[in-house]
Amino acid sequence: MSTKLRRTKASVVGDISTYLLLALYAAFMSLPLIYAVVQSVKPYNELFIFPPRFFTNNPTLMNFRKLFDLTSTAWVPFSRYVFNTILNTVVGTVIHIISAAMCAYPLAKNRFPGKNLIFNLVVWSLLFTGGVTEIPVYLVMSTIGIIDTYFAYWLPEIAATMGVFLLKQNMAEIPDAMIEAARIDGAGEWKILWSIVMPSIKPAWLTLAIFSFQRNWNATASSYIYTETLKTLPTALSQITAAGSVARAGEAYAASVLMMIPPIIFFIFAQSSTVKTMAHAGIKG
Amino acid sequence: MAATKQREIELLKKKRLSFSERAALTWKQMKDNKINYLMILPFMVFFALFTIIPIGASVVLSFTRFDILNPPVFIGWDNYLRMFLEDSVFLIALKNTLQFAVITGPVSYLLCFIFAWFINDLPPIARAFFTVVFYAPTLANIYFIFQYIFSSDMYGLANSVLMNLGILDEPITWLKDPDYMMNIVIFVQLWCSLGTGFLSFVAGLQNLDPSLAEAGAIDGVRNRFQELFYITLPQMGGMLMFGAVMQIASSFAVGAISSALLGFPSVDYAGHTLTLHISDFGNTRFELGYASAVAVALFALMILTKILINKLLARYSHD
Repeated sequence: MSTKLRRTKASVVGDISTYLLLALYAAFMSLPLIYAVVQSVKPYNELFIFPPRFFTNNPTLMNFRKLFDLTSTAWVPFSRYVFNTILNTVVGTVIHIISAAMCAYPLAKNRFPGKNLIFNLVVWSLLFTGGVTEIPVYLVMSTIGIIDTYFAYWLPEIAATMGVFLLKQNMAEIPDAMIEAARIDGAGEWKILWSIVMPSIKPAWLTLAIFSFQRNWNATASSYIYTETLKTLPTALSQITAAGSVARAGEAYAASVLMMIPPIIFFIFAQSSTVKTMAHAGIKG
Repeated sequence: MAATKQREIELLKKKRLSFSERAALTWKQMKDNKINYLMILPFMVFFALFTIIPIGASVVLSFTRFDILNPPVFIGWDNYLRMFLEDSVFLIALKNTLQFAVITGPVSYLLCFIFAWFINDLPPIARAFFTVVFYAPTLANIYFIFQYIFSSDMYGLANSVLMNLGILDEPITWLKDPDYMMNIVIFVQLWCSLGTGFLSFVAGLQNLDPSLAEAGAIDGVRNRFQELFYITLPQMGGMLMFGAVMQIASSFAVGAISSALLGFPSVDYAGHTLTLHISDFGNTRFELGYASAVAVALFALMILTKILINKLLARYSHD
């Protein structure tokens, strides 16, 4: 119904040129992605053929089969790496969003001493590059005794600086009247956060979930984890394929294609549920 | 209740309160806001542990000589003087970093917003499709593919295509020739640029209040550009700031793409950046004091940029 009240008139020419531009750019953006998939189904002897060809005439799943053979020779059962990565991704993403939401809501909607200082610290800390903090972080982790445990993956996710910033900016746009009305109805802050604030910024926290899923899925925490049974899929795959080298180049392509499937599926899932909420609820304002 | 709170806040703002009165008022406010502090507590504990303490430690270490094995020795501003007076590679890294940031920063930021804005008006399925395609390079993290495309021999895709077309006679060593290195890294950086900022703009645009655009149309907004400037942007202040901060963080921290494509160190340090300089001294040479000083310098550079951008975005920003 809101589409009937369409805002400004769009010209047909404008529409067509928009689509054309988008399609061209999409083609440009997806070329290397397609190339990666094609490389993964090329037989080994075609990977280094001259002149190189973009596509292949004899697609094969050989690279994938060889990759699976390699994984079965690993010292630790390969399912263990898969389990670790899935566990870290689920736990990391969930606690990241909960912690970010709990911190962002008071910063966005309530007034209390120290609020601006905390928010500025969060924003500034995003601008500090990680390179030199590894050793201090290691010392902190060893002091609280989480080196070489799952907590070395999980606890830093609670310190979700980007999440706090992203959610706070979105929550600030929610009308105060909506929250005031809930307070008058007797809802506590905790209830307001989860049943009013979070549903109305669903696109934002789903986007945050995408970022967090992607980061956790690719996490290695190589400086803080030594035990082989606690290591993750990216570590294991880079150990057996040595990405970038000539030997096992095919398997490396297969591995990178397999690794990008779960984040893409999650992404599509998250994007489509954003679209659904917005279609169902035209609330706000 | 709300009225008394308001009065307390106003009281607190007045200058002529004595220190003890001010402290008592602040303390009372803090007690009234117990629930707020409880809610931010989990974040604050781990934020302090994993972010504030390590950053603080790095700032302190930047004034020391520290090789990880021996205890740090305080040397004052020496590390900072060394950067500008003795370390010519630092100056190259600084120049390259600024060049990256000045080019890829604004271009990426604009691309992120323009494409998010373009696809926002599409039907949901088309919007989801384009979002996925545009974000996919970031999602899949496969910029190493460009290593094969720009491979130096005749097997590389770029060389073979250009040679087949007769544009080139012999292969170009794309990734080893300082004439091309920076441009290729900038190109790949731009290819990956529809990332964090793009997705958060897409989300922010979906959060907008459609009734305002309808009201605008009634009030005489005639085309989409007017709608953009008078209706959309003023509602996007928070997200524009978020996108800008993330863009600063990624544009100044270029390094991974350079080392993946050009190798580390790159030929003649032509693709050297501050991030790579930090990891060179921090992880390879174990001069953590000096590495920390470079990191603090980079931090200062980014904060200055943020303050500048704050001024530019002040029109649309709430804070």
